[in-house]
Amino acid sequence: MTSAGGRRIGDVLLKVEDISLSFGGVRALTGVSFDIRAHEIRAIIGPNGAGKSSMLNVINGFYHPQQGKIIFKDIARTDIGPYDAASRGIARTFQNIALFRGMSTLDNIMTGRLLKMKENLFWQALYWGRAKKEEMEHRAVVERIIDFLEIQSIRKVPVGRLPYGLQKRVELGRALAMEPELLLLDEPMAGMNVEEKEDMCRFILDVNDEFGTTIALIEHDMGVVMDISDRVVVLDYGKKIADGTPDEVRGNQAVIDAYLGVKH
Amino acid sequence: MLYREAGQFKTTYGDDQAIFPIRQDRLGMALILLIAYVALPLFATDYFITSIMIPFLIYALAAIGLNLLTGYCGQVSLGTGGFMAVGAYAAYNFTIRMPELNLIVVFILAGGCAAMVGVVFGIPSLRIKGFYLAVATLAAQFFLDWAFARIKWFTNYTPSGSVAAPPLDIFGFAINTPDRRYFLILAIVTVMALAAKNLVRGRVGRSWMAIRDMDIAAEIIGIRPLRAKLSAFAVSSFYAGVAGALWAFLHLGAWEPLAFDINRSFILLFMVIIGGLGSILGCFLGAAFILMVPLALNQIPTALGIPLSTAMISHAEFMIFGAMIVFFLIVEPHGLARLWALGKEKLRLWPFPH
Repeated sequence: MTSAGGRRIGDVLLKVEDISLSFGGVRALTGVSFDIRAHEIRAIIGPNGAGKSSMLNVINGFYHPQQGKIIFKDIARTDIGPYDAASRGIARTFQNIALFRGMSTLDNIMTGRLLKMKENLFWQALYWGRAKKEEMEHRAVVERIIDFLEIQSIRKVPVGRLPYGLQKRVELGRALAMEPELLLLDEPMAGMNVEEKEDMCRFILDVNDEFGTTIALIEHDMGVVMDISDRVVVLDYGKKIADGTPDEVRGNQAVIDAYLGVKH
Repeated sequence: MLYREAGQFKTTYGDDQAIFPIRQDRLGMALILLIAYVALPLFATDYFITSIMIPFLIYALAAIGLNLLTGYCGQVSLGTGGFMAVGAYAAYNFTIRMPELNLIVVFILAGGCAAMVGVVFGIPSLRIKGFYLAVATLAAQFFLDWAFARIKWFTNYTPSGSVAAPPLDIFGFAINTPDRRYFLILAIVTVMALAAKNLVRGRVGRSWMAIRDMDIAAEIIGIRPLRAKLSAFAVSSFYAGVAGALWAFLHLGAWEPLAFDINRSFILLFMVIIGGLGSILGCFLGAAFILMVPLALNQIPTALGIPLSTAMISHAEFMIFGAMIVFFLIVEPHGLARLWALGKEKLRLWPFPH
């Protein structure tokens, strides 16, 4: 784990410039620009259909925007695949859980280490010497994540059998196993009860605090967003309508209008 | 009561990730190996060895190949028979054109040829999924059938199209009795089954299962679908190719392209589904079920002294066997391997289920 220790908000880690994305005639994003600084928690909010998830998909290379630039760690690129994004240190979780349902919790989190495992097919078939050593080293890292997320008891349980809240936690574990520099969380608290939400908030803050991971999250629970994020960007109908600290955003008239509606 | 892991403490991650973490399982496996390597060659009849054990082991090996692809990587294939044929004809051509090659090397090369063909026919899997992929692999089956029947070079221009394996030996040790053939097959199957188990519990196996369970999420965590799918096709076809070479050389001895027709692919798919998708043990259980239950059914009426005509017996065999397959799939769609796993879980708690 990269242990930065303490929270010092650093330079710009990721910058999106003038991103436009459309599917046929539907414009999902129009000229959106913002930046994410190292070690900060950045929230992306907005009403349903505002283009928040599309934004995350653009950042981790799943959608290719028609226009605009994404600068990650000072290197600009517009057209990369999910593999490149993952290998450069961007991990994410999904709004509707995307775990590997046929595998156990342990195996799911181990998949997060795949990019870091190098031994070839032949050694793996022997499961001996270098391959076994590598496997054990990564298992040790995964066990630390399991401890951190307090899911020791479900290590060997197939994730399909777990309740929703725990599945979300396992998915966070899988993303953490990638040791990302930038962690994208798509509605990490959707559908949770208050207790589960508190747990998840604690984990997000701890990840940010202990490992120095930069986090961008989408969330609908305004209480949570205002409490844990450093800066908030607000999207509506694919356009950026506000950007700033939680307090600034809360008082912004455009944001209030977007959420409450305006009288025509 | 006997089957539980109380008191068996694991102190390293290695112990925890062993294939058989529980001592009773290790003992059971040792017993099975002892029976297979010592008791059967000593006590079983030649008929039992040649007509039951040899086909069972080879089918199990081919089923492992198919299971790696279909059960672990989620790519349905109906081309296993074709890939077995590639292995068989490759082995044949290597032995007649390069007679000095060691038989083990020939089998490995045969598997390698099948792996290459498998990768070529696996390329469509990058675009198509599920039933559509099954149809694409069906094309592989028909194309390979056609190629070995029509392209005379493969059969060394024999007029009938049927070919025979040359006399076989390993390090000067002739493979000419049922017991020797059985030992060779058993050794190969043991090593390759262990290798398959190792693959599926390591990095490669996890990337296959990730593709199977959710390919989008797999891409996001950095798995390249191209690599994962084609490596599954390669390894799977390697297993099928070796199984095909064994089937031709050590089971049939002489064969024609029909030996590897579409029926072979279907039987293997049945074995994998009934045995359990995504389980190496399931391959053995499925092969045993498909091969041995019809034989047993055939023997029952005679053994009980029920006067039935042979035609009637063989018809009844088909019907009962079909009904059993349907019954099994309704009771446990995840196959015999899952039944076995559930049984073990129950056994751990027995006799105090709460």
